[in-house]
This record gives sequence, structure tokens and C-alpha cells, in this order.
Amino acid sequence: MNLSIIGGTIVDQQGERRADLRVVDGRIAEVGLDIGPYDGDRVLDAAGLTVSPGFVDLHTHLREPGREEAETIETGSRAAALGGYTAVVAMPNTDPTQDCVSVVEFVRRQGRAAGLCDVHPSASITVGRAGVQLTPFAELAAAGVKLFTDDGNGVQDPLLMRRAFEYALGLGVTMAQHCEVERLTAGAVMHEGDCCSHLGLPGWPSLAEELMVHRDIELVRLTGAPAHFLHLSTVKSVELVRAAKADGLPITAEVTPHHISLTDELLRSYSAIYKVNPPLRTMTDVEAVRQGLADGTIDAIATDHAPHVAETKEQPLDQAPPGMLGLETALGVAVAHLDMDLIDIVAALSWKPAAIAGLGASHGRPIEVGEPANVTAFDPAEEWDVVPAQLASKSRNTPYVGVPLRGRVRHTVLAGVVTVENGTATR
Amino acid sequence: MSRSLLSITELGAEGVQRILDLADTMAEVNRRPNPKVPALRGKTVCSVFFEDSTRTRLSFETAAKRLSADTMTFAVSQSSLNKGESLRDTIETIAAMGVDAFVIRHKSTGAPWLVDDWTTAAVVNAGDGWHAHPTQGLLDAYTVRTALNRPGGFDGMRVAIVGDIKHSRVARSTTAAFKALGADVTWVAPRTLLPPTVHEHCVDDLDAVLADGVDVLYMLRMQNERMTEALVPNLREYTTRFGLTPARAARLAPQTLVMHPGPINRGVEIAVDLAELPGAVITQQVTNGIAIRMAVLFDCLAANQDPTSDLERPELS
Repeated sequence: MNLSIIGGTIVDQQGERRADLRVVDGRIAEVGLDIGPYDGDRVLDAAGLTVSPGFVDLHTHLREPGREEAETIETGSRAAALGGYTAVVAMPNTDPTQDCVSVVEFVRRQGRAAGLCDVHPSASITVGRAGVQLTPFAELAAAGVKLFTDDGNGVQDPLLMRRAFEYALGLGVTMAQHCEVERLTAGAVMHEGDCCSHLGLPGWPSLAEELMVHRDIELVRLTGAPAHFLHLSTVKSVELVRAAKADGLPITAEVTPHHISLTDELLRSYSAIYKVNPPLRTMTDVEAVRQGLADGTIDAIATDHAPHVAETKEQPLDQAPPGMLGLETALGVAVAHLDMDLIDIVAALSWKPAAIAGLGASHGRPIEVGEPANVTAFDPAEEWDVVPAQLASKSRNTPYVGVPLRGRVRHTVLAGVVTVENGTATR
Repeated sequence: MSRSLLSITELGAEGVQRILDLADTMAEVNRRPNPKVPALRGKTVCSVFFEDSTRTRLSFETAAKRLSADTMTFAVSQSSLNKGESLRDTIETIAAMGVDAFVIRHKSTGAPWLVDDWTTAAVVNAGDGWHAHPTQGLLDAYTVRTALNRPGGFDGMRVAIVGDIKHSRVARSTTAAFKALGADVTWVAPRTLLPPTVHEHCVDDLDAVLADGVDVLYMLRMQNERMTEALVPNLREYTTRFGLTPARAARLAPQTLVMHPGPINRGVEIAVDLAELPGAVITQQVTNGIAIRMAVLFDCLAANQDPTSDLERPELS
């Protein structure tokens, strides 16, 4: 069925303009003022809404295979669509690990079956994420994998990481590092600072992140291979990446919605909802990552959507697993907490991550005739509160209960198919 | 109405004062030939210890019994932990039996706060992780108050807490209690045994602290495993720098109180015969622990009750 999106304001790489658009056979067929009406078209009312290229999440834990009680590819895809996403990069810390073509293909297939957003599996850098042996980069690249990461853990061994960068050269793939020197974070529960000192909890020093950021910047300088830094969270990490980019190194970086909005003070509630890796840090760090995003040091907002079943998050802080939901709230957090132009926020949610994920040909495209119809329409001014029971994710571990959000997705279109209409998933 | 005692910070200076005053009344009860009163008759106090601590558990149970409360104990052995029951289910199961107060010891910071969210019973924190041990802080403050009987109370009192502050809930709660009453607290430790950030006055030279003079010298327990984490090179060097050695004991003013939360690591933090320390009040700490825990249980479970009424009458049954 053809589709008309009427009454919205387009925000894309070309800027901002009032325009309707029409989608035929999954592609944008017409863009302009007062198009149609066309008999038989499905019409999405976008009056007062911003219409932009669909969002792309570089960092989603879909939990399938292996932890389907927390999330499945279908429920995670639905959460993504409701958050305005048309593509997500599925993190490889599944069980079994996404470290070979068969598991990667399984994830891709499940994503297609769900049909709610494009699910692009990443693969681990090392077999089983054990940090010992490289995965078959070339086979996985041939299967469409672009990002490699042991996320959840950083690759600790500097020699192995050097080999990973070197071996990746020429394959068109990017190493994405979770930066954490684990010798400095043994047993760590929260950011190392005033709050952890008071609570008597083992701290997670900023240094543990920054040492690995520094190491990998130098490995990029040495090898020439590109690197992407996952979920940066500290002042110094941002400074290191800013300097590396000024040196012209092929480096990109992301920040999560929670690291631009929440601080370690929340752990004073003793609630493991606020436990996450890397940990929530101080307001100074929050301001630094916001600044990094504003000046382009950090390229993208990536959710690190990490569903966990309620029982695990009801445990005491040191026993609960780290992670929080992000897909359905990312836009609302970004608009509410960033002092940036809307177009720059959309860039960080859409075309910039699309390019990092190697999806620049199909996602994050300008709203122009001939482009694939991966678009989202949202109300940038709507203020709303999260109701955990209403989330599409199978889990409920959102840290945003009681935190005012601004900006809410109303419609999402994936390759011309409406996945979300008026804030409700269509399937 | 019941209320919980989770930390000295939440209790506040007024609350600390209130408990210490109440402890005077309880101490008087304890001195009677029949040290038992019906103040909490009909109330059930359940000790739930997820971490071994026979001393603290006995102290709480004795306190509860002297107030005529019924007591239950839930000791979490390794085997029942292995059954995989969650903390919440454990608490809700016991609560369903009809409990008025939980006394909780847990190795995880914050566990008593979680329990407090899950039950309407009063919750008394008997130690959580490295975080808080409020009844220890209270009994320490009470011990100093009764032993020193200093004009001006705690104002300007110099307290040195020596040793492994970083891993010590005792240090955190005792510091908070002393400071709430107006004492000056100095932490004495190598940087490795301090929390990552500190707002207390910190020094790493015990001899300098002793030369300046202290009213209270509080020695913390030093655990053997700290060496394997490279926090100190070995216990001999620790004792040389931070232990109460005979040489240091000889330089102490006779009225300086020497305290320790127990159990003592003999020859490590205290490397001198206690008989040679006239100011040692370590045994009094244990005795006062009963009165403080009686005061706390009474305050939590009978907050609106006149403390003189049921406490005057001996328990006859």
C-alpha cells in the first residue's frame, strides 16, 4: 500500500523545511508542499511533527539467543520501532555468542521475521568473548557484519587488540571497544568518587575507561585501522578522543542517553536500576559528554539498551547485573537534556550512527525522492513520563520513572511499512 | 507505629542523642537483679543474618529478650542460599509469619534499605557491606559518653580512628555518630586503606597524631586478606606504622580511651596486653551494646510509648 505523510516538518541533512511526502513501493516517491491527496493511500498525520530519517542504534542488547526471558529480538525490535528506530546493531554478548556466521545469521533472520526494524548483528572480536582467539573477521564481514566488539568486556590483552586492528585492515570492518581495564574494576559497583566512598562500595575509576581509550587511540595510530568507542562516560575520555580526531585518526565515538542525563548520586537510593556499565558518573562528566556530543567529538547517541528481568534488578547493588533500558526513551532523554539544535540531535540519532554501522546506503538517508522510506515522525515538544508497565520491552528496568522527558515518537516507517502509528506498534 | 534504624545519617544528631539518653534507662534495667522488663511483650524480633556474626546477633537477641520481645533467628547457611531464594522472597516469607522488627546483617551495601521497602515491619541495620553499622556507632558514642564524662560533652573531643577505613562499616558509622555529637574525627591510615575520596581529616602518621594528643584512640580490625590485594605490604609493616605497640601505649595519656569493635587481631592492630592499657574500654563496648540495642529496639517498636512506664515494672513471667 502506498503511504502519504502529511503536514510535518522535515529535518534531515538538508536542514529543516515544511513538506509532505509520499512513499511508493518502499521508497520516497514525492516530497513537497500539499501533495495529494491520493486515493487509496494510507495517510499518516504528521501535523506539528518533525519528520526525519529513521534512527539507528549502534548499541542494542536484544538478548536472543540465550536470555529470552529478558528480551527477544521481536520485543526488542518493537521497542526500537516505538523509539523511532529503523535499524539497530545487535550486540554479540548472547548465548551462544555472535562469534560465527551461523549465530549472526540466526539473529538477522529473527530480525527479519519480526519485521519491526532492521536488525544488524555485530560480532565479537574474540571467540566466546573470552579475549583469547580472534573470530573469523572475513567470514563474518562477508555475512554483512560491520562492527566487532566484545562489549560487556573490553579486550584486555594489548597484543591481541593490536592483532585485531591489524587483521581488520582491508576488510572494511570496525573494532568497537568497550573501554574498561578490568584489573582496575574488580568487584566495582559504581563510579569511584564521593558517592561510592560514602556508600562503602567498590568504585569504578574513570581511569579504567581512559587507559583503554588511550591504548586504542595509540593502536589506531600504529595500525591505521578504524576504531569506534562505545559509551564514553568521562571527562578525560572525551578529551582523548577530541585530540585523536584533531590528529586525523579514523575514530568515532558514542554516548548513551543515561550518561547525558543521570549521575552517580542516584545510587544513594540503593536501587540497582541505576547500576550500569560504564557507571553513571558525576555532573562534571555528564557536562563533558554533552559538550563532546555538541562539538562533534562524540558522533552518536547509542542506547546500550540492556534489558534485565525484574528479579535480577531487585537484588542488592553488588549482586545485580548492570544495564538499563534505552530504546523507547532515547529521543525523550536527548531532547530534554541536550542544549543542541534539533537537527544535531537527529544527526546523532540517525545518519551519523548509520554511517558508523555501515548502513549509510539504506538508513539515515535524506528525505528525498528515490531514497528508501526509513523515516520517523515525532513531536519534539511533547512532555511525557515513562510508565514501565506500558513499555514494549520485555523488561522494565528503565531509570527514567519520574524523570520528565521531552520528545516522543508518533510514527515509524520501515522500508515503506508503518511499524508505529500514533505511538502504537502495528505488529 | 514502628520506625526503622538504617544509618546514623538518617537518624540524625537529635536521634543519636535520643537513643543515647534511652540507653541510660536501659543500662539501669541491665543493672537490676532481674534485668528484664515487659516493654516489648508481644512483639516479635527476627534476626536475619546473611553474613556470620555471632557477636552482633547475640547482642541483639539478648537486648530483645530483656525487653520481653519474642525472638526468631534466620541464619542463612550456604545451603539455603544455594536454593536460590531471593532476598525479597526470604523477607516476604518471614514477614508473613508476623514479625514486628527485622534485624538485618548483609554483605551488600543497601540491603537493609531494600528490605525496608518490602516490609511494613521496622528494620534495624545490623551491618551492610562496608557501608553502615549504626548500632556500633551508637554503642561507641555511648561508651565514650559514659567513660569520659567530659565537661562540654563531645564538643572538641579528639577522636582518631586507625586502620582499614576503606572496608569498614564501623568506621563510617562511628565517625558519623561522633561527628553528630560534635567530636573532631581524624582518620589514620595509609592511602590504600582510605575510601577513594575523603572529606574527613586524614593522616598517615599515627605517632604525630598521638604526639598531638587524642581523647579516643579507635583501632580497627586489620584483615589478613588485605595483603593479597596489595593494600599493605605485610602485617608486620602495618603494625609498625599503625599498630598500638608497647612503645605507643607507653606514650598514651592515661585518660585516653582505647576502643576496638572486636574481634581483635592480637599482635596486629593491638600489639600490647590490654591490661597495660588503663584507658581500654573494649569490654564496656560489648556491655553497652546490649543497652544500645535495647534502646534501638524500643525506639523502633515503641516510639510513642512512655519509656518510663513499662520499663519501671519488672517482668515477672
